[in-house]
Amino acid sequence: MNIIILLLVTIFSYVSFLYGRSRIKEITSTQSIKINALPNYYGYYLALWCGIPALVILLLWSIFEPTIIKFLISQTLIQNNLVNYSADEVNLIYQKIRSLYEGNFSGTLTEEIKLGVKNYESFYRIAQNSKIVLLLSTFIITISYGIIRISKNNKARHDVEKILTGLLFACSLVAILTTMGIIFSLLFESIKFFTAINIFDFLFGMSWSPQRAFVSDASAITALEYENLKGAFGSVPLFAGTAFIALIAMCVAVPIGLFSGIYMAEYASSKVRKYSKPIIEILAGIPTVVYGFFAALTVGPFFREFGEKLGLEVSSESALAAGLVMGVMIIPYVSSLSDDVINAVPQSLRDGSYAIGATKSETIKKVVIPAALPGIVGSVLLAVSRAIGETMIVVMAAGLAANLTINPLESTTTITTQIVMLLVGDQEFDSPKTQSAFALGLTLFFATLILNYIALRFVKKYREKYE
Amino acid sequence: MNKEQRLKKRHNAEKRFRLYGLASILLAIFFVFFLLNAIFSKGSGAFLKTTIDVEINFNADTLELSQQPTKDDIENADYYDLSIDNILNVKSVNGLDEEKSLINLFSPDYEYEIRAFLINNPSFINQTKVLKLTASDDFDQLHKGNYPRHLPEERRRISDFQLNLYDELVNEGKVDKIFNSYLFTKGDSRNPELAGIGGALVGSFFTIVITLLLSFPIAIAASIYLEEFAPKNKITDFIEININNLAAVPSIVFGLLGLGILLATFNLPRSTPLVAGITLALMTLPRIIIPCRASLKAVPPSIREGALAIGASKVQSVMHHVVPLAIPGTLSGTIIGLAQALGETAPLILIGMVAFVVDIPSIPTDPSASLPVQVYLWSEQAERGFVEKTSATIMVLLSFLITLNFIAVYLRQKFERKW
Repeated sequence: MNIIILLLVTIFSYVSFLYGRSRIKEITSTQSIKINALPNYYGYYLALWCGIPALVILLLWSIFEPTIIKFLISQTLIQNNLVNYSADEVNLIYQKIRSLYEGNFSGTLTEEIKLGVKNYESFYRIAQNSKIVLLLSTFIITISYGIIRISKNNKARHDVEKILTGLLFACSLVAILTTMGIIFSLLFESIKFFTAINIFDFLFGMSWSPQRAFVSDASAITALEYENLKGAFGSVPLFAGTAFIALIAMCVAVPIGLFSGIYMAEYASSKVRKYSKPIIEILAGIPTVVYGFFAALTVGPFFREFGEKLGLEVSSESALAAGLVMGVMIIPYVSSLSDDVINAVPQSLRDGSYAIGATKSETIKKVVIPAALPGIVGSVLLAVSRAIGETMIVVMAAGLAANLTINPLESTTTITTQIVMLLVGDQEFDSPKTQSAFALGLTLFFATLILNYIALRFVKKYREKYE
Repeated sequence: MNKEQRLKKRHNAEKRFRLYGLASILLAIFFVFFLLNAIFSKGSGAFLKTTIDVEINFNADTLELSQQPTKDDIENADYYDLSIDNILNVKSVNGLDEEKSLINLFSPDYEYEIRAFLINNPSFINQTKVLKLTASDDFDQLHKGNYPRHLPEERRRISDFQLNLYDELVNEGKVDKIFNSYLFTKGDSRNPELAGIGGALVGSFFTIVITLLLSFPIAIAASIYLEEFAPKNKITDFIEININNLAAVPSIVFGLLGLGILLATFNLPRSTPLVAGITLALMTLPRIIIPCRASLKAVPPSIREGALAIGASKVQSVMHHVVPLAIPGTLSGTIIGLAQALGETAPLILIGMVAFVVDIPSIPTDPSASLPVQVYLWSEQAERGFVEKTSATIMVLLSFLITLNFIAVYLRQKFERKW
């Protein structure tokens, strides 16, 4: 349906374009006046008047139609006294009604579902018809307005350009909308979670085991149940595990990345640079799920066997394996960023150092690196934020049990792993279990935001220093 | 310590330092090759499958068909008896257990393979033909040398009797390795030998097309606005801060966005390429806007001024002169962004793309898998056969990524102008 409408809108817009163009030519040829813009602009002008209102209406309609129909259906169900259930049950019945309407219903037909489908059909038909009527009437109004404007020989180019700039501006607003969407979707569910679980119990609780958390009714939790829940949603082990794996990753990535960056910037001939840089950057282009597979199937078992030979007990989902592989993934971020910042250090600093007899490595250690330090710190912080937000490696290679440990051979879990585990499979939306994933997401979002902010401040400060 | 010794020490330190640098580069390069080698050595086997030659007698009576059956008859006939009869003729076996052992050499799809052959070649009614039937996963792995046949019988799924059958068949030259077309044409399956990435390929294709259609126009429009038209004010600053932050937000957060807004609020269908495409488009958008702005910025001001000087409006100078010159750069930025989106897994898991989907999707609102998610799903499976399937999927995924990146580099080198 919507596709047909879209097609029609496109055709109408094109026809309006042709009409607008020929109309202004006709006017100028009969009235012999000078036109204010090229004929094409009158075509664009009319096409925009035809297309944009229609598209806006179509978009808004598609967004709000399901919600409104759902509201109307639940109203009629409640009015007919067939349902006096909670909101959840109305939701469930609505789902059944929709699946019956779409013809993939399985289960027992009840009276209210039959009635609901009848209502759904009629509402749906009304909605479709009124959509078309609304679109057509808007089309007639806007297009006649446009034609009147054209007949008066308006400044079409000016108007078209104004609309175009407006459209460009609207597109750049998508970034703000996305941020708002993220914050609202996270905040909305998190607030529900924090009404059930005290925020301090969540942030400072020492044990995490959400599978223990069975709540029959989220709105009425008894004191006894709460004690139980409190113990299930303490996120300190997750923060600790995330930080621990990130630390292992940085232990791999920072030395290797930094030294490669230094070598690339200071020592390597242009030929070595030309080939080695893209090869190292392959590491950044490989999907993380591939690293996860590699960590789980090659590195993890290797460490376990190696540990067995040494008489150590190594979990096959050890933090070490996940952290190490994550470190390899992060190497190119550290190396190319530090390469850039080292290159930005002015040559005069190096020349000064050489002039008083320092060797190259002394110059690097005592002059270049201190000068580039803010930039390097910034790039390391960016890498840390990538490490704590990384998901697939830890989901596949780190464990699921929330151990509070600093032994890299044991398994630990991370924020991202738990988000995935809580949300995989069928989940009902109103349980603290699901909501806790959003609360974890919110913490993760702010943690990375703060890290990035600090990192960018460092980099910016550094740039200002040498510009 | 005299002067010479000190100098020597300093020079040694110099050499050491240089060596550390070289070693870390070599280590990083070693990781690249080690990783690729681990994947490729495991995965290459999945492109072949083991088959066993079976002489099939398409007896019309066994199929309960008339002597001149129509196409519909052939399609609707029951092939079970015919399949079992012919398979049991491969080797002489006695008793139910031995018969079962023999049948278990084959993948459970033998019936459909025989049926498919007859539908395509109806003239073979009442004739015999040697068909290459797919072997079951265990024998596939055995034939590829990945099966631990030296283990004692009670610790492996293949019995000694079956091993003997297999060895005899090999000696008779009836076991073969042929190109595994199932890998590319079939959807997911619980049986590794029948599982393919057909569904995941189509799902990834739909996803990436939707991501492209949504993100490319919006990203170009936003970067043109920010680079060329935006006034210096608080709104512009705010937009820029948002874009830079979004580019660094972990991808899993976008998965939560898709789950919370697209699925829960707008009721879009779960597990579908449509939702995946929208989610990934939102994620890719800032990552495309940044290189697009850079390539617009790289167009020298003289181009704009030249256009303005001969009377073009601001919009005309941008649309007719600046944007066409920046297109190669924006395209290569977009392609690299799309390559990242193609390999993205975490957000897709959250919007439910981990469902077990056998059918190959035909429209973007069908439930579907995608390549990276298929890797994740198969890596969790215990069967030996899925390990090589997973690696093969990674190889396919990586080859797409490499192609995309090469196109991006080519575009940049071929069309980008140095001013």
